[in-house]
Amino acid sequence: MGAYLEFWSEHAEKFLDPLAEHLQIVGVTLLISVALAAVVSVALLRHPRAKGVVLQLLSAVYAIPSLALFAVLIPVTGLGESTAVLVLVAYNQYLLVRNIVTGIDGVDPSVVEAARGMGMSDARILREVQVPLALPLIMAGLRLAVISTIGIATIAATINAGGLGTVLFDGLRTLNSYKIVGGTLECALLAIVANAALRLLESAVTRRVVR
Amino acid sequence: MQNVLAYFSQNGTEFVQMVATHLWLSAVALALATVIAVPLGILGARFRRLDSVSEGVWGTLRIIPSLALLLVLIPVLGTGTLPAVVSLTVLAIPPILINTTTAFKTLPADVLEAAEGMGMPPARELLTVKLPLALPVAFAGFRTATSEVIASAMLAAYIGAGGLGDLIFTGLGLMRTDLLWIGGLSVAALSLAVGALLSLAEARMRRRAGMVAA
Repeated sequence: MGAYLEFWSEHAEKFLDPLAEHLQIVGVTLLISVALAAVVSVALLRHPRAKGVVLQLLSAVYAIPSLALFAVLIPVTGLGESTAVLVLVAYNQYLLVRNIVTGIDGVDPSVVEAARGMGMSDARILREVQVPLALPLIMAGLRLAVISTIGIATIAATINAGGLGTVLFDGLRTLNSYKIVGGTLECALLAIVANAALRLLESAVTRRVVR
Repeated sequence: MQNVLAYFSQNGTEFVQMVATHLWLSAVALALATVIAVPLGILGARFRRLDSVSEGVWGTLRIIPSLALLLVLIPVLGTGTLPAVVSLTVLAIPPILINTTTAFKTLPADVLEAAEGMGMPPARELLTVKLPLALPVAFAGFRTATSEVIASAMLAAYIGAGGLGDLIFTGLGLMRTDLLWIGGLSVAALSLAVGALLSLAEARMRRRAGMVAA
């Protein structure tokens, strides 16, 4: 145990730099994912008939193992961070769009009717009535997306995207237990902390909606 | 395209072997996970204390990145098939366990009451009433676990367990587009096909359980 702590503190930058890279990949991915999911969801709410087909399609993409998707895309988009972000954004669309659409569809129609009766425009109803009421489900989708992105981003190290996966794969190549265990702990802690933080946010949002 | 055809004519047996290893690894892990998770799940539905403990443990394991789970055992178990199977099993347990518990918690009370009213012994009630009714929901967990295991079994190649991941890692190492495409597309096809098959089976179970409940 002492040897582990010593190695980790002596080579802290070998663990912290990949962590920073990882956070950057996750951050960029989430910004793009949320923006795209919002656009797709609004489009689906406008054209409800496309909903089933689009969700089916997104779920099929989500079902493809990430390493397979990386492998197929590399000849087209090359190695590196951009391919990784592309794949991660594609996966998140299923989690985010599904929860946004389900959440908004679940809003009590009589509430929407009342808002319309008050003379609110569709855009305003979406912004001020439907989205706030659907927020708990939307936040749950966001949490799943964050966790899944953190996990899959580790695999992105195989295509030179950097991040925590590099610590794991380096450790594996050189059979360096310090790196394997340290990297594993880092990944696990990052996922657990992110999950706990988002759960807190989720319950805060839910309380506000219920009130 | 030509490279792809050339690959199959030269390495056909090797490819079949990799698919077989991939399926074999996944099947063993899923079988072990089912054997562990289903009884635990059933007990969890009955004993609240156990339920909250296992929810905490497996819920946490579920959010840990699969690559980390796959590698954490290497300092202890070394590389090869054993650590791969153990990790894949651990990965497959949470969805099966959580769904089994949910299924047994949400059994229709009136049906259970009828079974007890008929004087059914508990063991028989479990086998002939509870299990068939719980099957669709529990099976949905098995389906989730299967897709996760087939995907993660690819990473198992990295720790020396073989399978279709070998193709992708070789393709990455040599930058061979043909290998990347063959590997990527076959795993994608495999997981979509197995997913579709299990969805069909689940739909059938649902219909049948619906008939029992009605």
